Amino acid sequence: MITKRIVPCLDVRDGLVVKGVNFVGLKDVGSPVELAKYYSEQGADELVFYDITASAEGRKIFTGILEETARQVFIPLMVGGGINSVADFDRVLKCGADKVSVNSGAIAHPELIGEAARIYGDQCVVLSVDVKRQGDKYCVCAKGGRENTGKDALEWIRWAVEHGAGEVVVNSMDTDGVKQGFDIELLAKVCAAVKVPVIASGGAGKIQDFIDLFQKIPDMDAGLAASIFHFGEVTIPELKRQMAAAGINVRI
Amino acid sequence: MLAIVDYGVGNFFSLQSCLKRINQEVVVTKDPEVLTAAERIILPGVGAFGDAAAKLRQGGLDKLLCRLAGEGKPLLGICLGMQLLFEKSYEYGEHEGLGLIKGKIVPVNQVVPDNIKVPHMGWNALHITRPHPLLQYVKEGDFVYFVHSYFGCECAHSTIATAEYGAELTAAVAEGNVMGCQFHPEKSGAVGARILQAFMEMKAGQAW
Repeated sequence: MITKRIVPCLDVRDGLVVKGVNFVGLKDVGSPVELAKYYSEQGADELVFYDITASAEGRKIFTGILEETARQVFIPLMVGGGINSVADFDRVLKCGADKVSVNSGAIAHPELIGEAARIYGDQCVVLSVDVKRQGDKYCVCAKGGRENTGKDALEWIRWAVEHGAGEVVVNSMDTDGVKQGFDIELLAKVCAAVKVPVIASGGAGKIQDFIDLFQKIPDMDAGLAASIFHFGEVTIPELKRQMAAAGINVRI
Repeated sequence: MLAIVDYGVGNFFSLQSCLKRINQEVVVTKDPEVLTAAERIILPGVGAFGDAAAKLRQGGLDKLLCRLAGEGKPLLGICLGMQLLFEKSYEYGEHEGLGLIKGKIVPVNQVVPDNIKVPHMGWNALHITRPHPLLQYVKEGDFVYFVHSYFGCECAHSTIATAEYGAELTAAVAEGNVMGCQFHPEKSGAVGARILQAFMEMKAGQAW
């Protein structure tokens, strides 16, 4: 059976990993290439590179970094950030990305999802969505979570999957950064709503949070986190060891 | 020298990078002379079967690959490239493949239970059903990376490995010097690199 995936996320600005990293034995802790290699050796199942650069110059550096990483790291690479057009898909796929995630770009231009899926296949198009709870409704946020669009998150996710998104990354703005566990309620609703793989994001603070995620939502496919891996609070080999001990199918 | 068949389907960045990593000289080409001179050939591919098969035929690459395979040159199909080696595919209609491997390509959702997600995407364990040089550096249960919605069936005689996904899915096939893997060795970390390494050690005319 397919294993549950553990996915470290690297935020990259002007060619450097954002959020300090603190590893013994890593020469250049700010280098996305070095960090990607390190995570791959540690047993990460996939890597997400998120480009948070604002300038065109920084974007060029990003694609260079991506290409360098893809030359050295042989696990699936997902790329997001600043994807607004088919040309953006083309730009990162040529540099070795396997999947491309769209977020604000797809909110502004929903047709981008179908266009990209027709050209590159559904498996290549990932909908990434920042979700915030408002009363009894889940809303879609744009621009890195800064702008609440008022759009219903579950409707948006269903629409995107029907139009060609082959996978969904769900980031809960309510649990993100709080380190008190994933947003199980929201994530269970998303898993029930679509038949494509779902990646949970936002809230992981310790190993038990991942175990809870996969035990409470057996259909969940992957767990994503950034700082807890970067700061070494959770190491991937230990995480996978404990997941396996809890009866969760992982690649070790 | 190893040749990757360039027939306008997908990009080969990862595959090339992975082969370079294991110190192999690689040329990406559709030139019949270069393919004929190559020691080994990899047929990659992502996308839809019908379109890819048509592109292979356009340049006469289908006949050339069949001839070279017939002469004993090691040929490895990856993902859609593996599917193209089969006789037929039922992906959006009915399409002829190269016919180098007996069997047909059908939707994964035809055999897996309803509650199982398609595409079959992620890391799955290999179950080796028959020893073969391609898998000589791989152990039972080693994980490789899959992304596909169709798979090869009615090919029990050529199957060398399967993966369990609510049903036994064909993971790798071999018919003499013609081999295929449904998964992506170039995205399967160290295990994948060992499979490509094993392929690089194969020679035309060796005993299979």
